[in-house]
Amino acid sequence: MKYVSEFRDKKFIDPLVDELRKTIDRPLRIMEVCGTHTMAIFRHGLRSLMPEGLELISGPGCPVCVTSSAHIDGFIEVASREGVRVAIFGDLFRVPGSRGSLTKAQSMGAQVEVVYSPMDALTLAEKNPQQETVFLSVGFETTIPLVAATILEAGRRQLANFTVFSAHKTMPPALDALLGDPELRLDGLLCPGHVSTIIGAAAYEPLAANYHLSCVVAGFEPVDVLQAVIMLARQARNGRAEVENAYGRAVSWQGNLRAQQLMHDVFEPIDCQWRGLGTIPASGMAIRESFSRFDAEKRFGIRLTETPEPKGCLCGQILKGRKNPADCPLFAGRCTPLSPVGPCMVSSEGTCAAHYRYGRA
Amino acid sequence: MCLAVPMRVIAVKGVENDFTTLQLGVVEAQGIKKEVRLDLVDRWPQIGDYLIIHAGFAIHTLDAVEAETNLRLLQELADNMQAAAREEKQ
Ligand code: SF4
Repeated sequence: MKYVSEFRDKKFIDPLVDELRKTIDRPLRIMEVCGTHTMAIFRHGLRSLMPEGLELISGPGCPVCVTSSAHIDGFIEVASREGVRVAIFGDLFRVPGSRGSLTKAQSMGAQVEVVYSPMDALTLAEKNPQQETVFLSVGFETTIPLVAATILEAGRRQLANFTVFSAHKTMPPALDALLGDPELRLDGLLCPGHVSTIIGAAAYEPLAANYHLSCVVAGFEPVDVLQAVIMLARQARNGRAEVENAYGRAVSWQGNLRAQQLMHDVFEPIDCQWRGLGTIPASGMAIRESFSRFDAEKRFGIRLTETPEPKGCLCGQILKGRKNPADCPLFAGRCTPLSPVGPCMVSSEGTCAAHYRYGRA
Repeated sequence: MCLAVPMRVIAVKGVENDFTTLQLGVVEAQGIKKEVRLDLVDRWPQIGDYLIIHAGFAIHTLDAVEAETNLRLLQELADNMQAAAREEKQ
């Protein structure tokens, strides 16, 4: 893959860093919203390349990290039912709820399988007709249309033993809630790449207008991220607050209309609890009534209950961009990727996990 | 959770807009071949296009020209900046 490696090439990076240095004329605080950006920034050591005065802070864009303990508890409850097998994305395994994690549930006899795609969960259901298969689904707009397509496929195949437990969340309402916080003082938003592939760059227009905030959609290669940061710095310098797209090869202005359509055919917005951020209006995506036979919460009569965060964990503050992992007394001591206390340490895209792996030297 | 690396289309199965056919693309990158679903893709791919893939589904088609144009723009950007830097020094 020639053209991927070139996006990482050092000869592209050095001039971009120079350009960035020349553009900045005052301290800037930029939030990278997406967990994949957080990972890319750390993995390629971009934080250390940033000129003085440019602060990159991580936002709430790791879907596993923002899944509430209430949802994890609900997941465990379903997984513990007789005759049920649950399918998950691997990151979810060790996320603590208020009474342990899915790993613990599995050690007590629950059947938990890691899948790569929601379609694999559907295949599991087809192969095991005597059992219920439940896909425990977390994710943003990149994932939700995939799950919608899977539910439609389950309908076409008339599967009666496949359901989805939706803890889906959508990005713009959460960003809106976050930006209302006067303590955040942001100068720019590095908007997520693949969420934007679906929702389009246009989705950030209200944020740019309402909060006078520069928003630039960015890809995941070092060159992409740097280019986007330069665009944000230029906007700051000129006093502009606009939406720009630095990831044109994957993101269009309107996004993927087919995927948006499928997502809204199967799901509808509901209020949703986010770890650390509380309940945000219309930020979740629940299965519509017309597809309720695929809704695990209904099939198994699950009620979500509000649960407290793990004691001492600062994930909430970290997801809001108010604190750094190093501010947490448990960081790298009681809380490590092998024995995580909070969700930010579990997912490889979590801010605490990224700081632990790459940030401590 | 997202994989950012686009993969090249080497075969397309099924019929566009006909969900009764199985819509699959066969993609390849760095010697790895796999099948991806095309239910959600924004533009029906041709052989030689690149697909951005998330959890077994193609979510975006980009043609090789798009990909290369982007690369060339970046190259020019880098060249211009280096040229500008050289001029400054002289
Ligand atoms: S280090 Fe662990 S306990 Fe502290 S905020 Fe991060 S995840 Fe929570």
